[in-house]
Amino acid sequence: MANKYVTDEAKKQIGKVSEARTYDVERGAIRRFAEAIGDPNPLFNSDSEARKSRFGGMIAPPTFCRSMGAAIPDIKLDMPTFRGLDGGSEWEYLAPIRAGDRITVQSKLVDLREAAGRLGPMVFTVVETTYTNQFGEVCAIQRSTGIRY
Amino acid sequence: MAKQIYFEDVEVGTEIGPLEKNPTTQQLVKYAGASGDFYQIHYDKDFALGNGLPGVILHGALKNGFLGHLMTDFAGEHGWLRKLGVQYRGMDQPGTKVVARGKVSKKYTDGPEHLVDCEIWLENHQGEKTTPGTATVILPSRGAR
Repeated sequence: MANKYVTDEAKKQIGKVSEARTYDVERGAIRRFAEAIGDPNPLFNSDSEARKSRFGGMIAPPTFCRSMGAAIPDIKLDMPTFRGLDGGSEWEYLAPIRAGDRITVQSKLVDLREAAGRLGPMVFTVVETTYTNQFGEVCAIQRSTGIRY
Repeated sequence: MAKQIYFEDVEVGTEIGPLEKNPTTQQLVKYAGASGDFYQIHYDKDFALGNGLPGVILHGALKNGFLGHLMTDFAGEHGWLRKLGVQYRGMDQPGTKVVARGKVSKKYTDGPEHLVDCEIWLENHQGEKTTPGTATVILPSRGAR
């Protein structure tokens, strides 16, 4: 059965990237994030304690990336209206994000597909977001699945 | 720093946690501020009720943060959380506890790295898994010291 919304034309958008956004990682922002998730780990809270660690200074908790929002690639689908759901996400952590880092965040549409759902066709969008530091090192990669129905 | 766990200390089935969290509306407001996610369903009860929700609900990303906390505690200073995946299956509301737990599902090496895969989840006060996930952690090895 042919797709209703994810047509061959719509699929040409796979590979589309968003504009890049850049964030300066402040020590206070790391601490406030750690406090918000209720994590007292000294690596995320105390520069003096973290200096004695193998990291040599404060680092961000892995899920801190959530505070550095990415622009989403502009996905055009001929859906009259849609509701959206967060289908969850997978993260890979490759290098620590440190206080003082400058992180560039960019997203790319890596998959677009359609499946039949109870309420009609459901469209799955998979977006990959990379978090790269000022040395060009990729610190984290997020793959998130969005559902439109 | 907390006591370090080593690769040799864990087996398939080793339990992780539990890490109990008692989120309040105040914590949701802190998370909104710290993360920049100001969607009103997470702190404005009237708005949440108007959207057909039972009240304000936890940010999915906050639950992701709780599972991250569980895993960075497990990894310790000399370990490293390499992968974290979560799925949002059910809503959680402030005022009731949620518990993060996990268990080791696989133990292996890849080149110089000692890795463990884990099944992780957040369960509500009724023991229902609202947020299942998976994690991969690099652990230090006693042999490699």
